[in-house]
This record gives sequence, structure tokens and C-alpha cells, in this order.
Amino acid sequence: MSEKELTARQNLHFDELWAYDPAPESPDHVKIEEQYNLFIDGKFQEPAGGRYFETINPANETLLSRVARADRSDLDKAVAAARKAYDGVWSKMPAKERGKYIYRIARLLQERAREFAILESMDTGKPIRESRDVDIPIVIAHFFYYAGWADKLKYAFPGVDPRPLGVAGQIIPWNFPLLMAAWKIAPALATGNTVVIKPASSTPLTLLKLGELIRDAGLPAGVVNIVTGPGEIGSAIANHPGIDKIAFTGSTEIGRTIQEASLRTGKKYTLELGGKAANIVFDDAPVEEAVEGIVNGIFFNQGHVCCAGSRLLVQEGVADELVHKLKMRMETLILGDPLDKNTDIGAINSKGQLDSILGYLTDGVESGLQIYQTKCDLPENGFWCPPTLVENVSQAHRIVQEEVFGPVLTIQTFRTPEEAVSLANNTPYGLSGGVWTDKGSKIFKVGKGIRAGVIWANTFNKFDPTSPFGGYKESGMGREGGIHGLLPYLEISQ
Amino acid sequence: MSNRLNVLKTCKLYIGGKFSRSESEHYFQALDKKQKPLANLCRASRKDLRNAIQAARKAQADWAGRTAYNRGQILYRMAEMMEGRRDQFIAELERAASSKRRAENEVDLAIDRLVHYAGWTDKYPALFSSVNPVASPHFNFSIPEPTGVVGIVAPDDHALAGLVSLIAPVIAGGNSCVVLSSEKLGSIACTLAEVIHSSDVPGGVVNVLTGFRDELVPHLSSHMDVNAVLCAADDPGQKKTIQENAHLNVKRVHFYDGTDWMKEGAQSPYYIMDFQEIKTTWHPVGT
Repeated sequence: MSEKELTARQNLHFDELWAYDPAPESPDHVKIEEQYNLFIDGKFQEPAGGRYFETINPANETLLSRVARADRSDLDKAVAAARKAYDGVWSKMPAKERGKYIYRIARLLQERAREFAILESMDTGKPIRESRDVDIPIVIAHFFYYAGWADKLKYAFPGVDPRPLGVAGQIIPWNFPLLMAAWKIAPALATGNTVVIKPASSTPLTLLKLGELIRDAGLPAGVVNIVTGPGEIGSAIANHPGIDKIAFTGSTEIGRTIQEASLRTGKKYTLELGGKAANIVFDDAPVEEAVEGIVNGIFFNQGHVCCAGSRLLVQEGVADELVHKLKMRMETLILGDPLDKNTDIGAINSKGQLDSILGYLTDGVESGLQIYQTKCDLPENGFWCPPTLVENVSQAHRIVQEEVFGPVLTIQTFRTPEEAVSLANNTPYGLSGGVWTDKGSKIFKVGKGIRAGVIWANTFNKFDPTSPFGGYKESGMGREGGIHGLLPYLEISQ
Repeated sequence: MSNRLNVLKTCKLYIGGKFSRSESEHYFQALDKKQKPLANLCRASRKDLRNAIQAARKAQADWAGRTAYNRGQILYRMAEMMEGRRDQFIAELERAASSKRRAENEVDLAIDRLVHYAGWTDKYPALFSSVNPVASPHFNFSIPEPTGVVGIVAPDDHALAGLVSLIAPVIAGGNSCVVLSSEKLGSIACTLAEVIHSSDVPGGVVNVLTGFRDELVPHLSSHMDVNAVLCAADDPGQKKTIQENAHLNVKRVHFYDGTDWMKEGAQSPYYIMDFQEIKTTWHPVGT
């Protein structure tokens, strides 16, 4: 064995031995219009104010398209269309027919899956490997799953007669644009509600393309309406008297204002908010698997994941070995062109988000924290942050308490399961948690102790339409997915 | 007719399993239905409220950790204790607000409601849990868990039936609670606290405060260690306060005003589920 190979084996310098050739996915057959209008009442309509905003590719800062900026009168129009569709068509249609429309959406999406995946990667900066293998397949599965519920609602909740609420106003984030749209639209339609949905202003394109698909699927006009625009439109949705229910996914900060507005206006509401999940590794855990889980937990989608495992809690005895192996593994992560099939880490979604992440890191450096970043080259244009570890933190540090929403992992150690649970619960959040151990009884004890809506034991960041998702405490309320995901869209009379 | 002078009861707050006067030593006078003095009730202060919330937090994990069987037995024990004091509750209700017949109906219903919820503790989880057939090699299941500390703002109508109808589903589901009782009928809440105290309900699981709700609701609804607020009082001002404050720590809020607690249908596992969170657990299936 040559000296170079020997060194490589000891320290796992993959890059030197295994340089990958570029394998970019071609965006040629993805048709992006120069300009997108609002999708209201089954038609794409110009915004009343005639104004548009730009959406760019965060990996190279090139312009992708211009998108309509809705104002209050556009929203009124969308709500009126949704109400008309609810009263006139959607609430009267036999449930099985409603279901068949949703199945049709799922099938049309399957046919165009790659196109949606490429566009999602272009608009968000996420690696094509993820948009192709995770986002879009789960989008499709979600429509397929809830389509089947449409004519079975009476079996879902014992002893009650469920009825739809009316018009659902839905506000979704930029980290999983089409996936969050599917999580919102599919259960709303299956339960017989109509929809006014607003995508994040930095990532509107896949939802607008879904609007085209919904139009082509022949869905009755006004059943789904898409309004694009700034945050004020989200706030106007939350306050709109013509809307019966709000579903919001986003930051806890905005979520609070949504809750306040929903309570004030008497709307039913569900909130999927921030998180600061602990990923707890015990000394009896399979270390290599745990390393994979940690990497997937925090670097999946550049850490732009509300349920990301952003706090590693590792039992003292195994900490040195685990952190060493984690650093080795991180060096093998390929950062770069999101459309390259080899890419593990794509671009940060926006300049604003990058600044926010870097702010946390600068603050950490100033507080004397030890920061480790992988030695990858960052592309010249676009917004990038290498995989980052923050060591020697304590529970009181801002970077441990607040959601960074980037590829940044803090590391703390613990001695006993009780200490791990207490550290895990010591934030206002409660969305998810991870437990790594070979001992089943420990999984149940620790999993029960963590106050969070999703527990991943010996795995992390897994999603499925049949599996309810949502938070405890300040991570939100209500569930999306599974049988429990129907309830937020139904009135149950007893 | 005996000449014996009857002995009046001092009504106290019930916090952390102990009966205590308000730390402020403030009181207010409750009147009976003839507008004659009925009792001096403690006017709980903000500090009393905070103590009660602290006691509720301390008791919650242990209560949630009890077996469902045990919680069911304790709720049934509450019904037994109430049955034993049936005449006392009827007499108190009659004096404070009701006719004899209505009072009898209300007490009977309250006792039966406790029996109803006692039977739910080991059944609702089976109804509202699921094993989810995910499309990957994982075992995946969802179960309800208690929300935590619940603040209860009690109704004035049917004070006893209302109070029992609110407390029972909240504690049946493993939550602890802090109750702001009806101002008019706080004395009934004090007697209910004695029932709770003698029913093996661990101290702190139910805390009962009397006082001016306008003073207490702002603090209850803005307290960062209260996870949920249930308001059954028909008071627009107090409702508004709760609506404005809940977002501070994303409290779960349920308004039950307008519910007729004397109706048979004013009980169901959905009242339990209003204060439950769904937890989903994943584990790989393999070797």
C-alpha cells in the first residue's frame, strides 16, 4: 500500500482518491415562464397592482422568473373564488369523486416528477438527490394517501359526524416548498375544504407549476387558489374574515402572530413552527450508524429543516470517538451545484438566511466557542455555508437555544439518560428528537421523556404521509399526516 | 329545634395538596341566592396563582407516569367520595343558587360524569393511537400524551357540574391543572377540593383558586409555564385577554362557553383529546 493510500485510509481523505466527475441534471426540459400570475378561480390572473417580484436561483444568483405580487384585493378575489367553489361545487360533490380528483393530481405529478424535482432544486438550492428522492416522491405519496381518505372520513373518528370547515388559508415556508404545499393541500381537499395558499416569496415556482397541473387536471375552478407575495399577504390571510381555517408552517416568531390573529378572528388553526431537536447518542449505540444519522439529521437540506437534529448530545464515554468519526464523515460531504447528482450539500436558500446563519457563527466565535468547518471550496456565486460543528457549548448559549436553520450542529456531552432528557427538553421547542442506543427499553424510556411530537429512534429525518408530524410546546399544534392530520380540517359534532 | 349554634367552615385555596389562605390575606364575600352572606372566600393573588402553577408543574410528570388503570381508579374514588357527600353538595348548591330538585340533578350528574371519565383513562389511548404503515422499513406508531399544565377558567352556570366536566377529562388524560373557580359559587369549588383531597389525587394535580377572575386571567394566560388554557366562563373580556396572551408561549386554547354541562352529551373522549399531544415514534425494522 502506498504511503498516500495509507494516510488516506487512516484519515479518510476521500477527495484525493475519489474525485467525482460532474454529473449535472439538465434543466433543459423544465419550462420556466418569464412571468407568473396569480392562480385564482382556475385561471392565471394578473395582480391588481400590476407589480411583480423576482425569484432567483440561490446557487448562482441568476434570475429564474418574475412572480406576481398580490395585494389585498387579489386576496379578496381568491377567497371569494374559494368560497364560491366550496358552496357551489366542492362541498356538494360525492366524496369519491373528490377523491378521484386528488388521485389524478398524484398521477399527473408522478408523470412529471423529474421536472418538478429539478425546478425545486433550482428555486431552493437543495441537492437534486434530495428533491428527486425525498421531496417529490413524498409529495406524490401525500396526494395519493389523502385521496383515499375522501370517502372514508366517517370511519376516522369514532362517534362523531365530521364536516368540512369551508375555506382553508394556508401559508407555507421556503425549505420544502412543494412538500409543504402537498401537506397542506391534500388533506384540505380530501376533507372537502377549498384552499387559498401562499408560498414563500423566495420559492414560489413549484407551487405555481402545481397550479398549472391542477388546472390541467380539470379540478373545478376556485378549489385551489395560489396567491404569491410578501409576508403581508400571509398576515392578511390570517386576518381575513372569509377564511375559516389557517394552516401555517414557518418560524415560531411569525407563528405567534398567526395564532393571535386566528384566535381574535375565531378561526380554527394549526401551526408547524420551529424546532431545536436533540439527537441523543448513548455509548451502546452503533457508532457508524449514529454518525450517518447525525449527518442526515443536521445536513439534510442544508439544515433548513424545522425538525433538524441540531443539538448533538453524546454520552461522555463515546464522545471523542464519535466526534472524530463525525468530522471524518463530514469531510466526505460534497458541497456544490444542487443539480449535480453527487452533491450532498446545496446552496443556502437566500442571502438573508445566510446572513442569519453567519450571524450565529460570528456570535459564537465572539463567545469563545470552538467552530469546526469542513475544508470544502465554496462556489464564487450563490449563498453557501460549509457543514459546521460548534463544540464546547453550554445550554445557555444562544446557538444552543435558538433555531439556526442552517448546517450547524452543536455538541454537548452527558452522563446519564436523565441528564440527556433534561438537556433535550431545555428549550421552548418540542418538535422532534433522536435516540441512538442498542437497548430497546432505553429507547422507550428516553423517547417517552422527550417532550416532542416526533421521536426518531436509531434513525432520523424520516417522513411519510401515513405518519403524523407536528410539535409540542412552542413548536406548534395540530398534526399533519396520517389519520390525525385530517382533524384540523374537520368540524366534529358530537 | 335545637339551640345549637352551627359551625361555619373557613374556605381556603387548595394548592399543592394543601389548604391555605391567600398569601395576601385578601378575601371577598360570597352571597347566597337570597343575597345574604354565604362565606368569606380567599381572593387569590398573582403570587398564589404562581404557586399553584408551580405545584401543578411539579406534580404533572408523576401523574402522567401513573398507569392508566391507577388514574381511572383515582377518578372513580372521587366519584365515591362525592357520593358520600351527596347531601352536603345538594344543600350547598340549594343555598347558593339552586332549587332542591335542580341541585339533586346536578350533583348526581357530576358524580356520574366522574365515573364516565374514570372509565376512559385506559381506553382513549387505544382509540386515538395508530400504527402507521409507512412505505419504508420502519415500525412507526403514534400515541397521545398529556399537554402538561392546563389552566381552567370555570363557568358560573351549573358551577359543580361544569367544574367536574372540565377537571375530569383534563386529569383523566394525565395533565395537571390550576382552576379559577366561579366567583359567585367559589364555595362549591372549595368543597370539591376537599373531595379531591380525600380521593388519592396526588397533591398539585388539581389546584383550586377562588378570587376575582378579572385579576387572575391575565396572569394565567400569560404565564410561560402553563401549556394550555380552557375557558368555560362566558365573559368576553376574559376571553379576549386569553386570545391576546396565548401566543406568548403558543398555548393551546379551548373555549367551551355556551356548553350546557347538564346535558348527557357534554362528555366524550374528545374533551380528553383537546389536551393531548400526538407523539410519533419511528424505529428501523431489521437485524
